[in-house]
Amino acid sequence: MTISSTLAPADPATKQGTQIQLTDVTKDYGLAIPAVENISLTIEPGEFMTLLGPSGSGKTTTLNLIAGFETLTTGTISLNGADVGNLPPHKRNLGMLFQNYALFPHMTVAQNVAYPLRERKIAKDEIARRVAEVLELVQLPGRDDNYPSQLSGGQQQRVALARAIVFNPKALLLDEPLGALDRNLRGALQAEIRRIHREVGSTFVFVTHDQEEAMNLSDRIALFNNGHIEQVGSPEELYRAPETLFTAKFLGDSNVFDLGDASFDSRVGWEEQSWSIDPATVSSHPGVLSRSAVVVRPEDVGIVQDRASVPAGANSISATVRDLEYMGSHRIALLALGRSGQAGRARIDALDSTLALGDEVTAWWKPERQRIVAA
Amino acid sequence: MTTTSRTRRAPAPSWLLLVPALGLLAAILLVPLGQSLLRSVGSPDFTLDHYTSLFTDGVTLTVLGRTAQTAIIVTLVTFLLGYPYAYLMTRVGPRMRGVLLTIVLIPFWTSVMARNFAWIILLQRGGPVQSVFEFFGAGNVVFYGSAVGVTVAMCQVLLPFMVLPLFSSLGSIDRKLLLAARGLGSPPLVAFWKIYWPLSRGGVVSGLILVFTLSLGFYVTPALLGSPQQSLIAQLLAQRTTQLLDFAGAGALGMLVLVVTLVLVAWANRFGGSISAIGAVAVTPTKDNS
Amino acid sequence: MKRKDRGVDPIPWWLKTLGVIVALYFILPTLVVIPLSFSADQSFQFPPTEFSLRWYQNFFTNPVWLGSLGNSLLVAVLAALLATMVGTAAAVGLSRLTGRLAGFARTLLMVSMVTPAIVVAVAIYITFLQWHLTGSLGGYVLAHAAIGVPFVLVAVTSALGGFDPKLLRASASLGASPVRSFIRVTMPLISRGILSGAIFAFVTSFDEVVIALFLRSPTFQTLPVQMYNSVTFELDPTISASSSLVVVVVTAIFLVPQLLGNRKKTR
Repeated sequence: MTISSTLAPADPATKQGTQIQLTDVTKDYGLAIPAVENISLTIEPGEFMTLLGPSGSGKTTTLNLIAGFETLTTGTISLNGADVGNLPPHKRNLGMLFQNYALFPHMTVAQNVAYPLRERKIAKDEIARRVAEVLELVQLPGRDDNYPSQLSGGQQQRVALARAIVFNPKALLLDEPLGALDRNLRGALQAEIRRIHREVGSTFVFVTHDQEEAMNLSDRIALFNNGHIEQVGSPEELYRAPETLFTAKFLGDSNVFDLGDASFDSRVGWEEQSWSIDPATVSSHPGVLSRSAVVVRPEDVGIVQDRASVPAGANSISATVRDLEYMGSHRIALLALGRSGQAGRARIDALDSTLALGDEVTAWWKPERQRIVAA
Repeated sequence: MTTTSRTRRAPAPSWLLLVPALGLLAAILLVPLGQSLLRSVGSPDFTLDHYTSLFTDGVTLTVLGRTAQTAIIVTLVTFLLGYPYAYLMTRVGPRMRGVLLTIVLIPFWTSVMARNFAWIILLQRGGPVQSVFEFFGAGNVVFYGSAVGVTVAMCQVLLPFMVLPLFSSLGSIDRKLLLAARGLGSPPLVAFWKIYWPLSRGGVVSGLILVFTLSLGFYVTPALLGSPQQSLIAQLLAQRTTQLLDFAGAGALGMLVLVVTLVLVAWANRFGGSISAIGAVAVTPTKDNS
Repeated sequence: MKRKDRGVDPIPWWLKTLGVIVALYFILPTLVVIPLSFSADQSFQFPPTEFSLRWYQNFFTNPVWLGSLGNSLLVAVLAALLATMVGTAAAVGLSRLTGRLAGFARTLLMVSMVTPAIVVAVAIYITFLQWHLTGSLGGYVLAHAAIGVPFVLVAVTSALGGFDPKLLRASASLGASPVRSFIRVTMPLISRGILSGAIFAFVTSFDEVVIALFLRSPTFQTLPVQMYNSVTFELDPTISASSSLVVVVVTAIFLVPQLLGNRKKTR
């Protein structure tokens, strides 16, 4: 299907979409700690950037700052190099999606979608054409005269999406838009959003606390923690190469071995063990020198009954099987690791029935699969 | 690095929106009341004579006493009638509740004059009420021009002011609490006394205070249905103003009634019953009150 | 209360009976005026023995009655307009403000709901004497608008309570300035509340007796004042026709939106 030129991003100077630059942005509400502090981030033109983090981490505040609903305490925000610091939200030309859709209940679907075009004084027949085109893009034709209350949640969000892109905004900001939908619907709409991003090509800034959703949709993720950006990178970079313990624990599961302030070079000790370290797996975060931890993903952990079967060069630790969880496509073995018996997880084949509760086993992993992060 | 330190999005225009309303109320209510207050303390010379004379003129205290007595009776009667009605409203289905609420609200909004006129017709000599009493052999009871007549009429006029806050408060009590208590072995009356009643206290206090303070200031009903020998405070106030032209004295009396009213209302507010809540129930007849 | 719960916990008969009695106490007395309005007698004798329409005729032809009706309508319309404009603005402003000062402002605006009418009437009367506003249209309108504002405030605040603030953010993100957003989004959604408040301000003014009695002059009286005269100075049974009309019309004003509202819900 072809996209008419009117839906292409309005700025031909940059290749696709708008660059959004945050420099040293701080927002202080006058409480004990600022909502966000010294945030610097460059969102590339046409990129799908997700702001990820737990509640209260500052991701929504950052989105609201970009949109103009909150004022900056310090710092600058630029769109394609132009500082928007003083611009009110209705002049920024940024589309926005909300968790509760925010469709105007007293207007029909067509009137909702036409709203931004009417504000821009576009001719009536042009409005009708663009509304029809964008409703087809979101796969919701023929609903023009319905009111929002007559539509399902998924349909309402599609209308909201249509309304937010019909006027060729510089970028699209999405504030946890799928949070109100149930699991299946969420999956379908995630695919829709990905598809529309590919077809329209604008910059998308997506806020969510759901790490699976973030990894699924994004070109890059900015992980927020307590008002700061913990790490920025592609989903794979964040998952495979976390710099900090927070990142390692937020995305996916981890086995964590706290090293405290112990120093290490090519080997490190934990309980009675001595593990080898692959230098390439050590985080470059400066905090590593003062406090660090070893993290290993459950899918990188193997389990053997007999210590002797552990492959050469691998790190290992004794473990007791505490529980076995059946996940359908695989199993998770919950382990008590080492002398202290701290909790650990290992992923094993669904069809593997060799393990039983209470078994004394050895968990092992290859040094290149482990990571040393700042704690 | 630029610093944009604007204040939070413009509260100034919001205050601007309040100016006309505040201005109107200041000019029409605050200024007259303020002037009344100043007059009552004898400006330009300060004196408390107008207030002290209230207690010594032999009339004011009697009338105040009579007014308070009437107000107490009216408050009690409306409470005894209003509480069960409000309770019933919480028990019935949504449609019936709408009907019962409409029955309360229509007299609330119908002309005060029309309602008082209706009572004149009913209570007059030879009128229906007297005929009924005659039928039962008590033909000499006079209602028109009597305190009893005034009380009966005031009860009917003020009953909505008891029912509305009560309904607002009772409506928010979860009935399941009562059922739980009964399930645990309490007989119905004990369950009511120990669980339902304490939870309804907020609305009860609101209603009691509201009806009492309204009764204190009531003018039309006692003026039309009562006798001059049995004046209530409102009539006294009117008389001081228009007949005796004692503006200062009227001011003092008015301030006294006003202060008593405001104190009672402020005290009632502390029990969680707000006058706005009553207004809210009264002005939202089209909202679904189930 | 769900239907299935009612079997478990039926309403006692004595409560229903009491409810009926109180309901009758609410409405029956007022209904008395209607049959009386058709009486042919010069007195207030009830029940009427002969019937005629003379009192209705008198109401609509007698210049005193007609004049007072006209005055009441004029005052009520103007007072309602003023109260609605001023009260809606105040409600919108208060909805955006928080803090003790805002709460104080709100209480101040509601104060006329709890002050005794007689005290207010006397104070306004004396002050209006100085300002030469007694017996004038302007005086009546200002006084009635002042007591109508709380009703508008409550109605519009209630409508705003059900209003989703995200809608305004959405509107801004789509390019509408705050003024445009108010006109295209806020106003239509609270229009029902505004109308509701306006109607209540109108009825409050139309029925208002105490202040009207004090502000009256021989040349300017409202309908409630004329009704008051007709049971005190001159015994004029036209009041029964006037009362019936008022009762029926106000009830209609009251019930019609409710019935319409029920129909809208099924849309």
